[in-house]
Amino acid sequence: MTATPAQRERSLGVYLAMGVLFGIVLTKGELVSWFRIEEALRFKGPYLYEVFASALAVAASGFALLKRRRIALPPKALGRGVRYVAGGAVFGLGWGTVGACPGPLFALIGAGVGVLTATVVAALAGTWTYGYLRPRLPH
Amino acid sequence: MTELLHRPWPWYVTGPLLGLVAVSLLAIGNKPFGVSSNLRHIWAACLPGNVAYFKYDWRRDGLWNLVFILGVVAGGFVGGVLLANPHPVATTPAAGTSLAKLGIHDFSGLVPRELFTLHMLLTPRGFLMFIGGGFLIGFGTAYAGGCTSGHGITGLAALQLPSLLTVISFFAAGAAASFFVLPLLVPR
Repeated sequence: MTATPAQRERSLGVYLAMGVLFGIVLTKGELVSWFRIEEALRFKGPYLYEVFASALAVAASGFALLKRRRIALPPKALGRGVRYVAGGAVFGLGWGTVGACPGPLFALIGAGVGVLTATVVAALAGTWTYGYLRPRLPH
Repeated sequence: MTELLHRPWPWYVTGPLLGLVAVSLLAIGNKPFGVSSNLRHIWAACLPGNVAYFKYDWRRDGLWNLVFILGVVAGGFVGGVLLANPHPVATTPAAGTSLAKLGIHDFSGLVPRELFTLHMLLTPRGFLMFIGGGFLIGFGTAYAGGCTSGHGITGLAALQLPSLLTVISFFAAGAAASFFVLPLLVPR
């Protein structure tokens, strides 16, 4: 983590507000829509790809600008890369099966899809299992 | 005016705002945008037990993100209930045909209402879908160190090779699950 003057501790209210904004973007932008997710995963429509590409364009430009002011995230260690390919595959299977990834899971619970609280509990169990098995898994 | 507020946003509004969330978190607090790490923070905060992976200063590393995710739940209520789109989602006709083959015909709301029910959760197929799928999401995101937010947006935008590997992998697996696993679990 590069220490910068910007690295002051902000009040938690700022993050709450950012979370609310993200939750609204997820729902109004239909990124939590099961129909939109399956549309994209079945290559039946461009909507999610257009969102993803434009989000990346903005984020990448923003990150590049911040880098000039020496604000940047610490690089992720590649290692052998096993964790990224294997972890990504396991996550992807769950994602395609439920039709929601972690951010949308939380937003959908707020939107009243109560059954997904069970999915979040199951995801917590999955994360615990990873933490427990971590010393024995290839990374 | 209210009609306008309830309308779904086009991609060119949604995408840039999504990118802006990631940029703002980095700019205002040097924070990495990512959701799945909260699953780890919750264990670290509530029940770290004897597992080294959950023993760290979660207040310093994760409290902001737990507050953020609380906001996401609230934002989901605002966008998904208060400003809910009264019309069916406007997917492409091709998507409509593809999902109709699965027996999904009602495209109103954010999820298929006949599928996302407590009754469905209590069936073997529903259990596999919601509990099995959730378990894989929690395990896989922890293993890969991020999800669609942390790797898909933050990591890719920071031009990180590990994130590219992860995104290719979860996307391929996600498509495979949609084509081959989902049809087995949707009751017809």
